[in-house]
Amino acid sequence: MLNPQLNRNGELVHLLSIDGLPREVLLKILDTAAPFTEVAEREVKKIPLLRGKSVFNLFFEPSTRTRTTFEIAAKRLSADVINLNVGASSQSKGETLLDTVDNLSAMQADMFVVRHASSGAPYLIAQHLSATGRAHIHVINAGDGRHAHPTQGLLDMYTIRHYKRDFTRLTVAIVGDILHSRVARSQIDALTILGVPEIRMIAPPTLLPAEVGKLGVRVFHDMRLGLRDADVVMMLRLQNERMQGALLPSPQEYFKTYGLTPEKLALARPDAIVMHPGPMNRGVEIDSAVADGPRAVILPQVTFGIAVRMAVMSMLAGA
Amino acid sequence: MKIRIRNGRLVDPASGTDAVRDVFIAAGRIAAIGAPPDAFHANRVIDAAGLVVCPGLIDLSARLREPGYEYRATLESEMEAAVAGGVTTLACPPDTDPPLDEPGLVEMLKYRARNLNRARVCPLGALTTGLSGKRLTEMAELTEAGCVGFSQAGTPVVDTAVLRSAMQYAAGFGYAVWLQPEDSFLAGKGVAHDGEVASRLGLAGIPVVAETIALFTLLQLARETGVRLHVMRLSSAAGVAMLRAAREGGLAVSADVSINHLHLSEADIGYFDPHARLGPPLRAASDREALRAAAADGTIDAICSDHTPVDDDAKQLPFGEAEPGATGLELLLPLTLKWGEELGLPLARSLARITTEPARILGLEAGRMEPGAAADLCLFDPLAERTVSRAGLVSQGKNTPFLGAHLKAVVRMTLVGGNPVYEAGRSDQG
Repeated sequence: MLNPQLNRNGELVHLLSIDGLPREVLLKILDTAAPFTEVAEREVKKIPLLRGKSVFNLFFEPSTRTRTTFEIAAKRLSADVINLNVGASSQSKGETLLDTVDNLSAMQADMFVVRHASSGAPYLIAQHLSATGRAHIHVINAGDGRHAHPTQGLLDMYTIRHYKRDFTRLTVAIVGDILHSRVARSQIDALTILGVPEIRMIAPPTLLPAEVGKLGVRVFHDMRLGLRDADVVMMLRLQNERMQGALLPSPQEYFKTYGLTPEKLALARPDAIVMHPGPMNRGVEIDSAVADGPRAVILPQVTFGIAVRMAVMSMLAGA
Repeated sequence: MKIRIRNGRLVDPASGTDAVRDVFIAAGRIAAIGAPPDAFHANRVIDAAGLVVCPGLIDLSARLREPGYEYRATLESEMEAAVAGGVTTLACPPDTDPPLDEPGLVEMLKYRARNLNRARVCPLGALTTGLSGKRLTEMAELTEAGCVGFSQAGTPVVDTAVLRSAMQYAAGFGYAVWLQPEDSFLAGKGVAHDGEVASRLGLAGIPVVAETIALFTLLQLARETGVRLHVMRLSSAAGVAMLRAAREGGLAVSADVSINHLHLSEADIGYFDPHARLGPPLRAASDREALRAAAADGTIDAICSDHTPVDDDAKQLPFGEAEPGATGLELLLPLTLKWGEELGLPLARSLARITTEPARILGLEAGRMEPGAAADLCLFDPLAERTVSRAGLVSQGKNTPFLGAHLKAVVRMTLVGGNPVYEAGRSDQG
């Protein structure tokens, strides 16, 4: 089975998932992102790498934050950006996903940034483009179902490297709804490829995927044990619809057992950093004292996210 | 018409015969094997040198998509596919639109199929009206119309009280009930086996307990009601173990598995291949091994194609949104033989899973090579190979996870009631 993300020369042609990417490609993305963080500090926040290219933000699922960061990244690279909130238009008129893609391809798209509620949708698009002789159009997965959110995983790695330098001595704890989280899957893939020796998952059994041990992680149901001596604590967002029902009894009990408080954070290493992909539920998964505290690197994550997305887009356009 | 099939390798799973013998056909039946009957003058002599001559295949599950889903496949296209695959009798599940819950629908299906003069069709009636799981169908009327048993296809009866009384009612008439074990709550919105691959790909899972809990219910109710139960599409090692224990405990129950589940596992989903979206889901490699062994030792009686033609529009979707199912009528023979060869089984034993055993489950006389039996025959070249391709499939459904696979065994001729209904090279669909 060929990895649809890489061409014959091993260059990145689509970014669909971190799973299956070589370590060198990951490091190259992080290295490429580093100088882009400075673009934002210039008076003219623009470089011409993607001038004349059309980037279509193809969002089949509502999102403000991710779409905005992709838009900013593309614009800083001088691309033309077209935002399509497809959930509200074509799909509701019965147009199929691939019909939508065909129509937009006919408008000379160079790159699709795709968010979709179904796992694997960006793969389907990439395979369709390749099967119909339009392999020059690049696809970036901006989150598909529960599967992957690779640019989030990459910006998290950028953040960890920024604060911790060396991946190979870290203990990283991921806390929360791992079962439904595309962010968690991309984080685990990236941490594994970059050689993090201890990846921990902290969650109740109802929020863990099947055979989770095969993903190469240690599972903790007791947050206090899981946080002990962690260097990095990555919190996940708990979706509102999961807060009460068969998976969890209440947001209050969740906060008590899995919410990150200053008292629980004290069990981690004194220099541990706290990350969150946003948007946060204060008082559900994270205490405001932690979210606004000195260990939180949540806002730098957002800033780095733009640089990482610029890096991915420029590498794809150059492939 | 009198036909002599000469020089073929006759394989009869019923008797275990595997030898070069001529077959003589008269009046739609096998007149003699070996030496011709007295004063036999063949109108046609078929040279079967190098070919296997065996009973026509009997497929326990082939969706013909009529009525209601003619955009996916038609009776014409799928009956051609059946005989191109060497299938001479097939059972079709009731999940048409409307479902086969009224005698008129069944009569129409039988009538249309008969007029096409291809394979024999054995409809399974709906166990409950509209497959709703609420009200029983008129089983006696449906049986009179031609139903060979009653099924819910892929829609479980959720209410166990309804399930119990449906089984009691069917048992009273001696009707067979064919059910697929799946707990609808545990299956939920799942689209893949709840295992490593689903976890990695972020697909909603269907746990093995969805099968075993439902199977336990079916077996308990079959024991209590005495109904003739046929368990459709086992998918897990745990399900196989439960079935084996039930049979050892003396329960008369039969079971089948699909060709897909004998050869594939969750790993074949690869990068979200919608062709590997099946119901029940493809499970772990260890489950597949248990199914393969159970089909060899007879815990699983029959292998079926679970033929489900799906149009491209319903398949070319993200994995979880794609319609489940795979086309299979034309793959039943090669994939069954591949399984048998990999397990080192004699040809007659492999063929039993798609001839005599399904015939027994259907309560038919078919599936045997002896004087007096209907001349439903399949002639195939066991060594010829072909690559599965969209263009090469006669079925209107081109959806199969085996596209691109090289498979041995190519059907050269199919006879139903002594009538050659398919001849490779002669047919314009070939």
